[in-house]
Amino acid sequence: MGVGIEVKDLNAWYGSTHTLRDIHLNIPANHATALIGPSGCGKSTFVRCLNRMHETNPIARVTGTVKIGDLDIYNDVSPVVIRRRIGMVFQRPNPFPTMSIYDNVASGLRLNGFRNRQALDEIVERSLRRAALWDEVKDDLKRKSGASISGGQQQRLCIARTLAVDPEVLLMDEPASALDPISTAKIEDLIFQLKSEYTIVIVTHNMQQAARVAEKTGFFLNGQLVEFDATTKIFTNPSDKRTEDYITGRFG
Amino acid sequence: MSGKLAERDVVNGRESPSASGLAVARPSAARRYLNAQSDSAFSDGFFKTLMLASALTIFVIVLFIFLELAWQSRMAIAHFGISFLYRSAWNPVSEDFGARPFIYGTLVSSLLALLIAVPLSVSTAVFITEMCPIPLRRSLSFLTELLAAIPSVVYGLWALVVLVPLLRTEINPFLMRTLGWTGFFEGPDYGVSMLAAGVILAIMILPIISSITREVMSTVPQSQREAALALGATRWEMIRISVLPNARLGIAGGIILGLGRALGETMAVTMVIGNRPEIARSLLAPGYTMASVLANEFTEATTSLYLSALIEIGLVLFLVTIVVNALARLLIWSVTRGASSRMA
Ligand SMILES: Nc1ncnc2c1ncn2[C@@H]1O[C@H](COP(=O)(O)OP(=O)(O)O)[C@@H](O)[C@H]1O
Ligand SMILES: [Mg+2]
Repeated sequence: MGVGIEVKDLNAWYGSTHTLRDIHLNIPANHATALIGPSGCGKSTFVRCLNRMHETNPIARVTGTVKIGDLDIYNDVSPVVIRRRIGMVFQRPNPFPTMSIYDNVASGLRLNGFRNRQALDEIVERSLRRAALWDEVKDDLKRKSGASISGGQQQRLCIARTLAVDPEVLLMDEPASALDPISTAKIEDLIFQLKSEYTIVIVTHNMQQAARVAEKTGFFLNGQLVEFDATTKIFTNPSDKRTEDYITGRFG
Repeated sequence: MSGKLAERDVVNGRESPSASGLAVARPSAARRYLNAQSDSAFSDGFFKTLMLASALTIFVIVLFIFLELAWQSRMAIAHFGISFLYRSAWNPVSEDFGARPFIYGTLVSSLLALLIAVPLSVSTAVFITEMCPIPLRRSLSFLTELLAAIPSVVYGLWALVVLVPLLRTEINPFLMRTLGWTGFFEGPDYGVSMLAAGVILAIMILPIISSITREVMSTVPQSQREAALALGATRWEMIRISVLPNARLGIAGGIILGLGRALGETMAVTMVIGNRPEIARSLLAPGYTMASVLANEFTEATTSLYLSALIEIGLVLFLVTIVVNALARLLIWSVTRGASSRMA
């Protein structure tokens, strides 16, 4: 089951560039939340602050609090521990090319020393089924490399790899922007099904996509969260002039 | 050319505002320039031939070396036949020659070098690319590369003056005490030995392997590292499940290059291996390599059979180098075949 995310006074920097300014927001549990905004406004930086990936960049810095459920991720735990509870799917599919499809899905659990083969088989199958990939790969699980399947399949494989460790939150940074329309539709269906069990945060360039999958939408501009509200409200009757300009295509 | 192009541009620029309809119909300066170019089939064919010729030249040179060596050693080949390869005798007085101790020495010293150098150089590369603070990174990689620039005779000198005494007084006694029971570390301990040769070779091939490893590790995409980190991998786990597997083909290539250097290295090995054509189980015993015996005895070879036997050693070294390289490549190919066909 997912948990909510509470973000307070979040600021982030790359070197001396102040990339995120005073972000405040509450992301509801077991719903999909979309983040939209022109490129370079800080959406990726923001989601990367939610699982402490931001700090893997040596010039990056972050202040403020992020709570996942009751857990203050910057003070209570190590980044490694928090990343095991918060899954992340990237813009470009990044399966491990030297691992088989099976090993890709199992990689997260194996990292944590999980060795029970039978249980692993079950988890791999369940994760692939949930990622709507099982039927396409079940015959080549251990024969094919994670990089030998199509881009859309690779992205679903990455989702399966993330689901295998049973995260509480699923962060997706433009997960469909490198994919063709059919694969994109599959990913959207998937998000639709997964959001009852996971808290999903999805960054998207595509406003229709936000409208289709997310209950809540946040609009970022120049490192600030301009508006955060119900998706229908954002797209039909935004309170901020800048949001309205953006969704009506007047800039960005 | 560019001057002309600019000139036409000016003309075009002046005309277009006055009669814009006409200007659209005219080909632009860029279009006219490109239309005037001949098709590139000729130069393409020319370069193809040139490349083919260079590639063939390399092949032909290798072939000529082989033929010349075979021709010059025909006397020894006729005299000893195939037994030259497995006979242990090396007696210039009675003109009795066999290559076995030299083949053994070359293979064992190179293998020893790999055994020591591979883990060291891969860890060096991992440290430099993944763990070392960025300001230190450049100077460290510069230092390792500097090792490759030192002439081998200097390595030999250093080994004689520092390494051999160190082995004799400190390391070998320790090895004899702890690992003596394996038979690989038994006295008498001269210092100059197969082990000394292996160690100095390891130091010499370390920079090759580690700089290539470093190079391929730094080409592993950030997205692959983040894939591992996002799953909750520690830094070391990330290196293990993502960086090293992604880089393994390149690392293997670096090891092969290092092996090639070790097989053929002459000067430094000659200075520390002891130059005794015997096969001993103990690595503390002296040995001899093919390259060393050539360097030591070529100018002293008085009889034509002696000379011919030495040249046959050269021929064997040539073939062993090729065979070992081929085997190493085959090994890599068989290990990664599954993966690379999957990747294709
Ligand atoms: N690794 C980095 N180093 C320096 N600056 C960066 C880095 N990544 C992003 N930035 C900067 O941070 C700002 C926000 O980027 P990002 O979060 O990627 O935006 P978005 O995902 O909304 O397109 C941009 O101005 C970008 O130039
Ligand atoms: Mg982005």
